[in-house]
Amino acid sequence: MVDTAFIVEVIIIWIKVVVVALVLFSMPLALTWIERKVAGHIQVRLGPFRVGPHGILQAFADMVKMLFKEDVIPDRADRLLFKIAPLLMMVPVFAIFVAIPFGDKVTLPFTDRELTLYISDMNVGIIYVLAVSGLAVYGVIFGGWASNSKYALLGGLRSSAQMISYEVVMTFAAVGVVMLANSLSLVDIVRSQSGGFWHWNILYLPVGPVWFFIFFIAGLAELNRIPFDLPEDEGTLAAGYHVEYSGMRFAFFMLGEYVAMVSISALAVVLFFGGWDDPLGPFAFGIPPILWFVAKVMVFIYIFMWIRFTLPRYRYDQLMTIGWKVLIPISMANVLVTGFMRI
Amino acid sequence: MAEKFFFLMFAVVAVGSALAVISLKNPVHSALSLIACLLQVAAIFVLLRSPFLAVVQVFIYVGAVMVLFLFVVLVLNIKKAQLETFPKGRRWFAYAIVPVVGIEFLAVIFGKSFTATGYEAAVEEVKVATLGRALFTEYLFPFEVVSILLLAAMVGAIIMAKKRWD
Repeated sequence: MVDTAFIVEVIIIWIKVVVVALVLFSMPLALTWIERKVAGHIQVRLGPFRVGPHGILQAFADMVKMLFKEDVIPDRADRLLFKIAPLLMMVPVFAIFVAIPFGDKVTLPFTDRELTLYISDMNVGIIYVLAVSGLAVYGVIFGGWASNSKYALLGGLRSSAQMISYEVVMTFAAVGVVMLANSLSLVDIVRSQSGGFWHWNILYLPVGPVWFFIFFIAGLAELNRIPFDLPEDEGTLAAGYHVEYSGMRFAFFMLGEYVAMVSISALAVVLFFGGWDDPLGPFAFGIPPILWFVAKVMVFIYIFMWIRFTLPRYRYDQLMTIGWKVLIPISMANVLVTGFMRI
Repeated sequence: MAEKFFFLMFAVVAVGSALAVISLKNPVHSALSLIACLLQVAAIFVLLRSPFLAVVQVFIYVGAVMVLFLFVVLVLNIKKAQLETFPKGRRWFAYAIVPVVGIEFLAVIFGKSFTATGYEAAVEEVKVATLGRALFTEYLFPFEVVSILLLAAMVGAIIMAKKRWD
């Protein structure tokens, strides 16, 4: 009934899922160190320097600190929801990576087996990514509500309003890319951009850069990063939805945020920068496509950090105005222009 | 075989969480159960080989509608006690109507008329392009009617919200 080929398929999928999950779990360790180093150098200081050479073990020290910190649950909190809210934030961002293509097919050495460097090529990939990334908002809402604290509740409501507003904007940007690629599958979207950087969606003039601009701003807001980091606005609501969290549960929220940053970077690369495509096209000199993908993602992660330590924060009403009164009208006009160009 | 196992898993969780929606006292817990229920339904759509429907279910119901539900629940801050007292005097009405409606539902579900005839289970995944083409050719008129209905509802909602602020 069940043949070996089927079992091998299942095992391969398992291995891929485990590898991707492990890589994603270990990334925040490196990213916190890089972020603090970038912050340090931008602000003309050294950043973490004590633990290990150039503070490279700082992240492990932080992890140990988080693990041993007391896990405080407020007396009047809703205990069950308080405990699962960080997971509700974390699970969706990991689930996004099911659909993200890291590279094309490769042939495994010593066997004839072909291996695809993505977990699943869904024919609705891009809607799946948008739908699943939208679920992270529940971590914010339930986290804020379950803490049974005014600041956390108001912070949660404020953050979730921000996230669902910018989800609309991000969906528009995705519509633009779908119109350029004629497909909802992320693998097809990357393939439609292959053959050098002049084929990438970012250079589909004049609409490509506009779509990227819209996507990038929406991405910043979805990630709750500066200049849209209202959830972490200490000046107004203590901190926002995670005021009452401490120890590992707080770390889960942060982990979710870092993995989300990786996911938005990967998505930007897939949608606008040709995914694993070699920028030199026909003049390529044999750098494996997956390395190109990783390099592009790293550049985006650096840009996110760079922006964080360069720009000030928007006020809440400015944030909403930018989303609803600027970006959405621009997107609507851009849909029209893209439509005419694609006829 | 595997499909049946997954169907049963999703179905059991869906029914269980649907029961939780109506039996839990706290509205926020009910909302969470409803989210779980809608996710299971989306999973069943995947088993029926309509990934588009599944993803849209997650996108619209779980990602948007439920968030707005929760907003209303959280902002109004309904007290637990208020909910627990069922309106008195209406109880006899509920006792009378529930068995009748229940028997009707069971009769329809187990009756023959509920089984669709001439329908074959899809073997291939439904492509989004097929869906779009059907929507803009065969079902163009209903599609436009629904669009106008939604637009009217949206404008109405905005006007109703605006009146309260003036």
